[in-house]
Amino acid sequence: MRIALIALLPLLGALLPPLAIRAGRNACTAVTAAVTVAALVLLAADAPAVFDGEAVRTTADWVPQLGLSFSFFLDGLGLFFAALILGIGLLIIVYARFYLDRAEPIGKFFAYLLLFQGAMTGIVVSDNVLLLVVFWELTSLSSFLLIGWWHQAPEGRQGARMALVVTGGGGLLLMAGMLLLGHAAGSFDLTDILRRGDVVRASPLYLPILLLVLGGAFTKSAQVPFHFWLPHAMAAPTPVSAYLHSATMVKAGVFLLARLWPVLAGTEIWTLIVTPVGLVTMLVGAWIALLKTDLKAILAYSTVSHLGLMTMLLGFGTPAAALACIFHILNHATFKAALFMSAGIVDHEAGSRDIRRLGGLLWLMPIAATLSLVAAASMAGVPLLNGFLSKEMMLEAAAHASYAGNAWILGTLATVGALLSVAYSARYAIGVFLGPRRSDYPHAPHDPPAGMWGPVAVLVVPVIAIGLMPQFFAGPIVELAASATVGPAPLPDVTLALWHGITPALLMSLAAFAGGAVLYAVRTSLARLVARAPRIEAKAVFDGGVAILVAACRRVIEGLHTDSLPRYLAVITATIVVVGAAGFFAGTHAAGAREELAVTLPAIVAFVLLASTSLAALVVHRQRLLTLVLTSVAGLIVSLAFLQFSAPDLALTQIAVEVVATILLLLALNLLPRTSPAEPGLSRKLRDGVIAAAGGLGAAGLAFAVMTRDAATISGFHVARALPEGGGANVVNVILVDFRGFDTFGEIIVLVIAALAVVALLDTALKGAAARRLDTLRREPKSADVHPTVLVVVTRALLPLALTVGAYIFLRGHNQPGGGFIAGLVVAIALIMQTMASGTDWTADRRRVDAHVLLGAGVLIAGATGLGAVLLGRPFLTSAFAHVHLPLVGDIELATAMLFDTGVFLAVVGTVVLALARIARVERRADRTAVSGMPAPSRRGEA
Amino acid sequence: MELLVAAGIGLLTAVGLYLVLRPHSFTMIVGTVFLSYAVNLFLFAMGRLTLDRPPLVDAGATSYADPLPQALVLTAIVISFGMTALAVVLALRGFLETGSDRVDGGRPDPEPAPTDRAGEAP
Repeated sequence: MRIALIALLPLLGALLPPLAIRAGRNACTAVTAAVTVAALVLLAADAPAVFDGEAVRTTADWVPQLGLSFSFFLDGLGLFFAALILGIGLLIIVYARFYLDRAEPIGKFFAYLLLFQGAMTGIVVSDNVLLLVVFWELTSLSSFLLIGWWHQAPEGRQGARMALVVTGGGGLLLMAGMLLLGHAAGSFDLTDILRRGDVVRASPLYLPILLLVLGGAFTKSAQVPFHFWLPHAMAAPTPVSAYLHSATMVKAGVFLLARLWPVLAGTEIWTLIVTPVGLVTMLVGAWIALLKTDLKAILAYSTVSHLGLMTMLLGFGTPAAALACIFHILNHATFKAALFMSAGIVDHEAGSRDIRRLGGLLWLMPIAATLSLVAAASMAGVPLLNGFLSKEMMLEAAAHASYAGNAWILGTLATVGALLSVAYSARYAIGVFLGPRRSDYPHAPHDPPAGMWGPVAVLVVPVIAIGLMPQFFAGPIVELAASATVGPAPLPDVTLALWHGITPALLMSLAAFAGGAVLYAVRTSLARLVARAPRIEAKAVFDGGVAILVAACRRVIEGLHTDSLPRYLAVITATIVVVGAAGFFAGTHAAGAREELAVTLPAIVAFVLLASTSLAALVVHRQRLLTLVLTSVAGLIVSLAFLQFSAPDLALTQIAVEVVATILLLLALNLLPRTSPAEPGLSRKLRDGVIAAAGGLGAAGLAFAVMTRDAATISGFHVARALPEGGGANVVNVILVDFRGFDTFGEIIVLVIAALAVVALLDTALKGAAARRLDTLRREPKSADVHPTVLVVVTRALLPLALTVGAYIFLRGHNQPGGGFIAGLVVAIALIMQTMASGTDWTADRRRVDAHVLLGAGVLIAGATGLGAVLLGRPFLTSAFAHVHLPLVGDIELATAMLFDTGVFLAVVGTVVLALARIARVERRADRTAVSGMPAPSRRGEA
Repeated sequence: MELLVAAGIGLLTAVGLYLVLRPHSFTMIVGTVFLSYAVNLFLFAMGRLTLDRPPLVDAGATSYADPLPQALVLTAIVISFGMTALAVVLALRGFLETGSDRVDGGRPDPEPAPTDRAGEAP
């Protein structure tokens, strides 16, 4: 599990800095650094095993059906990268502490940084390729946060978005590629895939896999034509740039190519694609770097160029070139991180990053300038520094490589790349640090605190040390990583050394220095020349592409997504009708054989009543109050139907709900408009009429077809066991509180949620625009007798009676029609009647228990009853019961189901009372305005 | 009798659907009330129609109405009240917030002409 922790520690540790910031910036930095150090220690603990050639591996299933598992492994390549990521990360943390302004929320910054660090480490230690993709996308997301750190600035936002679109989009390509790869190799574990390179290369899926994986790698590593996002990501704070563009983020693409090198490389198509892309990127990046004037832009394009170099080396497909690539990754990470950090120092201390406004800083900030000069020299490839060594190896590899049968083209162009690199490095070093002192720096430059140049110095040490004694300092780890990269292929017997004798590479290097010097000398006239040539601005192309996509999406969405609810409902209903009709016309239509019940006169009367009220509701639906009355008549007939067909519980429930719902709608209607305006046009009514008639016909036909057929039912089980096992004779109630108690538990929770949503919607309505409209609502004058005495007296006298009826219905519910739902509704109605008769204030003064408490208590009691059974070792909500004989009352039965029913009862009372009381409260607000004596001014009329 | 009940279900469904497709929130809610009548009756009818045999266990009875659809419908009635309450409050809040109770995305209706009584001050 230890390897997994290397990646998970920073991810989890990301929670700490926002907490630690309360103890101050230093404590926060210390905590962040401690997390990184802990991950480094874990890595170091596994390092000896990796050097001994053992496979360090851990795995845990995640979604085995998809081949997705939490598998991590550590080999030479992973160790090499993880050490770079965590090591340079540690330096960045220290540097950022001093770089970021006191006003910046550094806790948040460190949280993002650790998140990114963990994701990046995850990529390099993942064994499962799908897990790798997860971490890959996580780096895109977390780098989005980091690049957009200064989101107040438009550049920050645009840069972050562009990076996310390009690298996140590439991540999708990579995911597709990895899925195909896993399919072709027969396993999603890298360790298996790496051993099955032959199988993958022989697979017909090889080409799509290659293209998709390269799409992911090239976007991440900013290869032409996806290079444009990297310079725009420079809108990030410098510590972020230094981290993302030296050791991490952009190296992820190179890592991926190296990781899959044994599987994908070695074919003709690999070399044909990867080599020229890398080569062109190297040349384009270096050329633009030569022309830029912003320090970070120069370094950004230089990074693009070096990434191209690494890609090209991997493209050669030879183990020697792969070794050179790994070595250059290490060297580039050290000198480029140092250069970015010193660019930040210059910006910080001199107040400008424009090379035209700088110069002569060596005499003003000697420490930082010296360090920068060493790093820049390494970037140029000056001997005795590490950059020289890997550049020599690159030139050597290029000299021996041929492209499409041409033996000299790669060597020549690689020399041109080196030449450009010499020229821009010279321009950077000389333009900023050498030359005469100036008098017009925006700030007076001086050396920064040690916390800022310290990390740079730590990086410059390996630049020199490796440059002088490469085999001693870098040999073992580079060889380890390189042999892990090339996999089964034997590594050439190379010792890293300063002097190889007079080789082609040395001559090419000398040519590069000479050419670079010439180019530097003519740089001004060159820049003038280039300024006149037409250029393609990558950002404009990208923005244009995004704009076209957005416009296209908007057109599609506006077509599908309208503001009209009836239109959605019409589409849904029409679809249901069509699907139902298709089923109907495809099937057979034999009449049912079940014997029908005889039609009685009361049934006919009821049906005629139902039909006339429903149709009347259709006709008068614009008169809302009248419609409401007709609706409740229909509801009453529905409850009569329940009663007629042996469902007394349903009839009781329906009547009670009818009362409550009608009161609710009446209250709402008091504030809503009383009438609907006429709808213009006949066509929509006709359309809706056709849909409604078809739907009604379908429902009637289906109901009739089912009712006239016999069917087996599972209810025999419930009827047989209701009394002996559930302890109740009312089977419906026993089903609710016992057999299907878990359903009921869920349903009362739904009720409670609805009640809380009502509260949330109405409580906030007493503020803002809604409250202002309440004040201006034009209300009809009230009846002089707001609380009629007769009603007040009758309801108060009825209250105890109503409560008693509620209690009676509740208690008998287990054996006779009744139970918690119905009793709850009855009691709620009794309470609401008081509010209606005597007023909200009167009842509010006398209410001892808040409705919220009823809601909570209801759910808790029901839940606790269920848990009681669990505590006794039975399944959730198992009930127990006993019969008790009480004097006078007689034989009563006590069941735990009754306790559960109490919970149901309380939840129902709470829901109903709360919903109605809240609406009443909103009305009172409107009343108060009306009662205050002024005719409410109509703002709408003025507007 | 089955035909009558089926016709009733169909009628309630049709009225409910038509009202649900109207452009104003209140009418739409009334439509859902009609629809819930229809759906509850429909679900109940899935247990077939039975006269005078409520599912109360009794030593003398030999068969009962199917209790399972009844239990389902009982909770459905209560839940549909919860749904109506939420929809009403949503409509109310929307009206108070925007001054319009239209749900079809159309422009707010013109203010109805004030009646004589509405202008009187108490």
